[in-house]
Amino acid sequence: MTATSPTDALSYYGRPIIKEPVWQPDIPLYLFTGGLAGASDLLALGAQFSGNRRLRTSALAAATFGTTISPYFLIKDLGRPLRFLNMLRVVKVTSPMSVGTWIFSAESATTGIAAGCQLFGVMPRVRATAHVLAGLIGPAQATYTAALIAQSVVPAWHEARRELPVLFASSAAASAGGAAAILTPVEHAAPARRLGIIGGVAELAASKLMEKRLGKLVGSVYHEEEAGTYSRLATASTLAGTALMAFAGRRRVGAVAAGALLLTGSLCERFAVYHAGKQSARDPRHTSIPQKERGGRAVTQPSSRTGNGSSPSASTR
Amino acid sequence: MSHVWGQTPDVSVGAAGMKLADGVETYGPEAQPRLGFFTDTSVCIGCKACEVACKEWNLVPEDGLTWTGQSYDNTGELNANTWRHVAFIEQQAPDPLKHGKQDFRWLMESDVCKHCTHAGCLDVCPTGAIFRTEFGTVVIQDDVCNGCGYCVTACPFGVIGKRELGGDGGMHKCTLCYDRLQDGMEPACAKACPTDSIQFGPLDELIERARERCGDLVEAGVSEARLYLADENDGIGGAGAFFLLLDEPEVYGLPPEPVAPTKHLGTIWGAAAVAAGALAIGVAAAFVGGAE
Repeated sequence: MTATSPTDALSYYGRPIIKEPVWQPDIPLYLFTGGLAGASDLLALGAQFSGNRRLRTSALAAATFGTTISPYFLIKDLGRPLRFLNMLRVVKVTSPMSVGTWIFSAESATTGIAAGCQLFGVMPRVRATAHVLAGLIGPAQATYTAALIAQSVVPAWHEARRELPVLFASSAAASAGGAAAILTPVEHAAPARRLGIIGGVAELAASKLMEKRLGKLVGSVYHEEEAGTYSRLATASTLAGTALMAFAGRRRVGAVAAGALLLTGSLCERFAVYHAGKQSARDPRHTSIPQKERGGRAVTQPSSRTGNGSSPSASTR
Repeated sequence: MSHVWGQTPDVSVGAAGMKLADGVETYGPEAQPRLGFFTDTSVCIGCKACEVACKEWNLVPEDGLTWTGQSYDNTGELNANTWRHVAFIEQQAPDPLKHGKQDFRWLMESDVCKHCTHAGCLDVCPTGAIFRTEFGTVVIQDDVCNGCGYCVTACPFGVIGKRELGGDGGMHKCTLCYDRLQDGMEPACAKACPTDSIQFGPLDELIERARERCGDLVEAGVSEARLYLADENDGIGGAGAFFLLLDEPEVYGLPPEPVAPTKHLGTIWGAAAVAAGALAIGVAAAFVGGAE
């Protein structure tokens, strides 16, 4: 093929092929607060089973904070916020947002009931039941958001579909550990510190793994523009928070600083992923080059009916 | 010769050509033959009558009056307020239809929603606002859409957009003139097209015609002629709106090998389940060793 387009052969005037997600920064804030809530509910359940009532209260407080504030971000980002309840008219397995809406609703309701009963010291059985349910839904709440963004045509998200859930789960664990370490006296906070360290290490590993999976072209978004900035911030904060938690977490000041760093790292990681998606959607090469390399059948060459016409192989395909 | 589509109840759905679109069988006896567009770019003259007809018929709002500097294309792209978009490409290349006597050629293509067999937008819509019609087309119910924007991230072609500030906040795209179809009329763009570059009708008929046309062009020396999205085995299961192109798809701003995001649904839910399990194990591990 000799023809060339005015800019380059791989795009139409350099314009994006897919649309940039219309989601605003409310969405990474939701990813963060939702993850914090989910992992905190699970931490509270662990504290319940191990008889650590002080830690249970802290983790439940963090979960309640998360489930209370996250709907604000979620609903505010809708083009028509008053129609939020339309989400509840269907259940669709093909739509992680639909499944997630139900997970999120159940998580919010059970966490709210558990927190209310705890606060007013009433209905211990209802509280215990809600507590267990919230803890069991927690892991789903912390990971469905990864499935949600992976289930898209945005290259930086879809191509990382195997790594994103692990990244979000570990980021949620780091934030829940960090929050509980801040809110709990050090003598009761060992499980929170350990969760923060486990989550922090896993988060660092998962983000590296994800970048590797994305390859040179699409993975480059994590080194450029906003995604690059947030990615570096996330790595630095999480690394510092994890190390500080391991070495100075038994002192109150150390625990608070380490917890804050882990929370910051988790938040920045979600912003990095959010911007990575936007950036890769804007670049037509991120869509076209991997597709061309994979090959497929979107284009069919006609075979000449008489057999002596121009050969279809005259084209590059 | 744009033929007016009429009721053709004797054509059984999916009898030939493209496979059934997902869910269309739920219509039972009310199901209609799958209808679509064949856009033959080799006869497009870039008049933009399709863009205007679409805007007028569907009351699509103004989209900004900008000068792009990109050939005759000041429309730019498909989005919430542009449901037909004519692309203009100027190439310093011999025009095979002029037998090499002209070393310059125009490529013009009227782009539109593809009404995919496996439609990512429809799959991910969390409110059920996007549905499959009895004609196998994909339509957004404006009175149900809550503007979540998930469909925007799921379209391999960047068709759907959001009516932002000053707009209604909802998601919008081509309906293949659902209202006109229900009255046995052809869509406004096809009706207005003066060269029959936009052809409308039952999809299996269109595919047959397109294959013949493409073969004719290749025989006439246009070796780059190709059909785009006319194969039911491609990543979207073939489209309800397919194209005859004269160059690589990406030259027109189209993805070369589009894949519906739902194709990897199992992997995605599986990875989420594994991660949720790992989180539970991580939390359990955090309690080993007690509270001190």
